[in-house]
Amino acid sequence: MDIELLKQANAERAARRAVILATDLETGAATLHRESDRRDGDLGSALTRAFDSGKSGSVEIGGRPLFLNVHVPPARLVVIGAVHISQALAPMARLAGLDVEIIDPRTAFATPERFPDTALSAEWPETVLANRPLDAFTALAAVTHDPKIDDYPLEAALRANCFYVGALGSRKTHGKRVDRLKANGLSEAEIARIRAPIGLPIGAASPAEIAVSVLAEIIGALRSRASRQMEAQA
Amino acid sequence: MTSDLLGQGTDPLALAERWVGEGRKVALATVVETWGSAPRPVGSHLVIDSEGNFEGSVSGGCVEGAVVGEAIDVLESRTPKMLEFGVADETAWQVGLSCGGRIKVFVEPVA
Repeated sequence: MDIELLKQANAERAARRAVILATDLETGAATLHRESDRRDGDLGSALTRAFDSGKSGSVEIGGRPLFLNVHVPPARLVVIGAVHISQALAPMARLAGLDVEIIDPRTAFATPERFPDTALSAEWPETVLANRPLDAFTALAAVTHDPKIDDYPLEAALRANCFYVGALGSRKTHGKRVDRLKANGLSEAEIARIRAPIGLPIGAASPAEIAVSVLAEIIGALRSRASRQMEAQA
Repeated sequence: MTSDLLGQGTDPLALAERWVGEGRKVALATVVETWGSAPRPVGSHLVIDSEGNFEGSVSGGCVEGAVVGEAIDVLESRTPKMLEFGVADETAWQVGLSCGGRIKVFVEPVA
């Protein structure tokens, strides 16, 4: 592979944009295709199918064996709340391959001492998300319990079609949250995408156990999203 | 700190770029086809240098050694090569996949 092409591909991947590297399996000659590129002909159709499914594979175009390697952005996890659960969730999620970021405007919580090696913003979610918007490859977990902090990012996550949206809080707390989100113009179907109470029901008691239940729920959402896309295509 | 996969140092494509920048001779191996139960999905990468250093995986550790050996040949010939590994492949390869699957691995120089 040409090093300049590899550099371009890596720059796109670092910017969280999906790309396909198409390699001729006889010669090794490769081309880079961005999701925003105009696509024509047989190759164009094959690229569209590959972007939609997210699956890499071989195709034959004009008698040439081509391998289409699809690179979608790595799944990212944005946690609203620099709380005890987040201290366990951040390293666990990193081990599972997620790109983790913690946001909490309360400077007493959002300290580097409590979150070593973690991307941390001691700012309001409104400010952080304006610079780094949520996308469909992002999971959002809101765990502060505080509507002033949690509500805005939950709404933003639903509108950005995040693959996972979870919120901590009892059923009663969530009921009030649903009323507020409805008042802000979100539909019942949109609001129903929020996983609340957050986490798989494994009887988690400690913050670390709750973190396990949340991470398992996120992985479940991530993997079922891929299979849903495959079904939609079939 | 951004903890994106490209920044962690173990992303094979990012590593391939970095190694080339350091003046190392680099080959890239890619799983291009799998049959049956294969340990790593199509598209998985192993990056190899001419000293035999490698990062990433194309199987669960079953055939990496053989791929590294072939990659060093590819770096000398500067010609890409297709490798195939299967469990019952006694004649062509000494290594195989204990899980019973078969994989095709494309090995190419990066330059």
